[in-house]
Amino acid sequence: MATVTEAPPLAPQPENKPPRRRGRLVPYWLLLPGILWLLVFFALPMVYQASTSVQTGSLEEGFKVTWHFQTYWNALSDYWPQFLRSVLYAGAATILCLLLGYPLAYLIAFRAGRWRNVVLILVIAPFFTSFLIRTLAWKTILADGGPVVGALNTLHVLDVTNWLGFTAGDRVLATPLAVVCGLTYNFLPFMILPLYTSLERIDGRLHEAAGDLYAKPFTTFRKVTFPLSMPGVVSGTLLTFIPASGDYVNADLLGSTDTRMVGNVIQTQFLRILDYPTAAALSFILMAAILILVTLYIRKSGTEDLV
Amino acid sequence: MAFVRWFKRNLVVIAGLVTLGYLLLPNVIVTVFSFNKPKGRFNYEWQQFSTDAWRDPCGVADMCGSLSLSLQIAVWATLGATVLGTMIAFALVRYRFRARGAVNSLIFLPMAMPEVVMAASLLTLFLNLGAQLGFWTILIAHIMFCLSFVVTAVKARVMSMDPRLEQAAQDLYAGPVQTFLRVTLPIAAPGIAAGALLAFALSFDDFIITNFNAGSTVTFPMFVWGSAQRGTPVQINVIGTAMFVVAVLFVLVGMVIGNRRNRQKA
Repeated sequence: MATVTEAPPLAPQPENKPPRRRGRLVPYWLLLPGILWLLVFFALPMVYQASTSVQTGSLEEGFKVTWHFQTYWNALSDYWPQFLRSVLYAGAATILCLLLGYPLAYLIAFRAGRWRNVVLILVIAPFFTSFLIRTLAWKTILADGGPVVGALNTLHVLDVTNWLGFTAGDRVLATPLAVVCGLTYNFLPFMILPLYTSLERIDGRLHEAAGDLYAKPFTTFRKVTFPLSMPGVVSGTLLTFIPASGDYVNADLLGSTDTRMVGNVIQTQFLRILDYPTAAALSFILMAAILILVTLYIRKSGTEDLV
Repeated sequence: MAFVRWFKRNLVVIAGLVTLGYLLLPNVIVTVFSFNKPKGRFNYEWQQFSTDAWRDPCGVADMCGSLSLSLQIAVWATLGATVLGTMIAFALVRYRFRARGAVNSLIFLPMAMPEVVMAASLLTLFLNLGAQLGFWTILIAHIMFCLSFVVTAVKARVMSMDPRLEQAAQDLYAGPVQTFLRVTLPIAAPGIAAGALLAFALSFDDFIITNFNAGSTVTFPMFVWGSAQRGTPVQINVIGTAMFVVAVLFVLVGMVIGNRRNRQKA
């Protein structure tokens, strides 16, 4: 027996070898250029932004660090509706993405058969077409006299959404519904792909076993499939919610001044009004809010090993 | 009754196909409206069938210039991000070293940050340094945000690699360079290719970060953005349709090659 246990394993791991002086520096040389890039162009800008947010001054006179934390308070009290809207719209889009994306991911993973790759291509291909062009196409689809708005009116859907405050009058464009529709559309692939990856890993025999134990299809889904797809659900919701909450393209192209999100405010402050301290403060608050929400969410869903 | 049973059994398929329709509807509209002859500056309403735009895709001032600029930036950004990202991925998977956790979080953070935050903070850096906004600042920004995605894609592939293959090569007296070029690189290639493809698509299509850091330079997404305010030429839809077709063909060809290779192995 001893010979068996003492025999060298088939794959001696590299770190079991006596470390060579030269070899030990290899990982650092590999990391150096990329990490330096991220430190200089990702981490350092955050420091600059933090310092900008506590400056006062104007473009003509120049900005000075005055530790003016009032900017944060002003930004929050002036723009809390836009913050709230960002969270609501992004949240609604995330839920819609999950509801719409799950059946398609399930279809690709279990039911598509030899069509699997074709459907996958159709999900990925829009990535390579400009998303701005596709978002503009929604203007045509949701046009006032168009078939979609007509059908929604006939089905009295718009009566309900009017009552909920998502639409106004008989139109969809320039209302929250259009913005949420655009956000859902834009980030749907980011939900479908992680869902598909985690569904595909599920052993099909588990479904058979559940069936053998007299579970109805829905019970099988609730007790077997869905829990096993949780990693996909968590990463899909994060990949949808985070970019959606900072997006300003949909709110700008499909919405109106009443649907402005925090991204729109940051963009205007930075690029048009040139009020850098306020813009920096807003962007810092958004970042902090996202990081807190994401941390809480990951804690709650118990998949910390995911990231 | 039979219909209801059929409907119930295929509910998932039906719902999935509805979603697929939702995903592809804008592409259909873009294609249809590339054959439109609009009245006025905007191309939102159907007027009349015409192939004018297809015969003269570059007939709009500055559009094809912005397209070629976007392609150039995407190629360089892909090269930069893929080389840097692959190096990081190898270091993370193959070596244990101090600060590994810190490096992992530094890679993860750009993906967990709304784009507008990164865009705005990078702009404050460039403004403070007095950098001239344009081609170089766009390229720097694109390499930065593509990097994490490349690392993730390559890491996944390298992790599933058997280290014994490299040891076998070394046992057969292959030097480190030879081992890397003839064993490691070919096995990691699909992951690197996936990362590069992702980087290309992300860079080519990026609007938010470019919008902040481009100055007066106009990439293709920025041209489309501007045209939403000034008037959208039909040619934009022609380019959109062409990109979709090229992407589908590209992936199809890639898959056919992949299948053939797998069959040869088997």
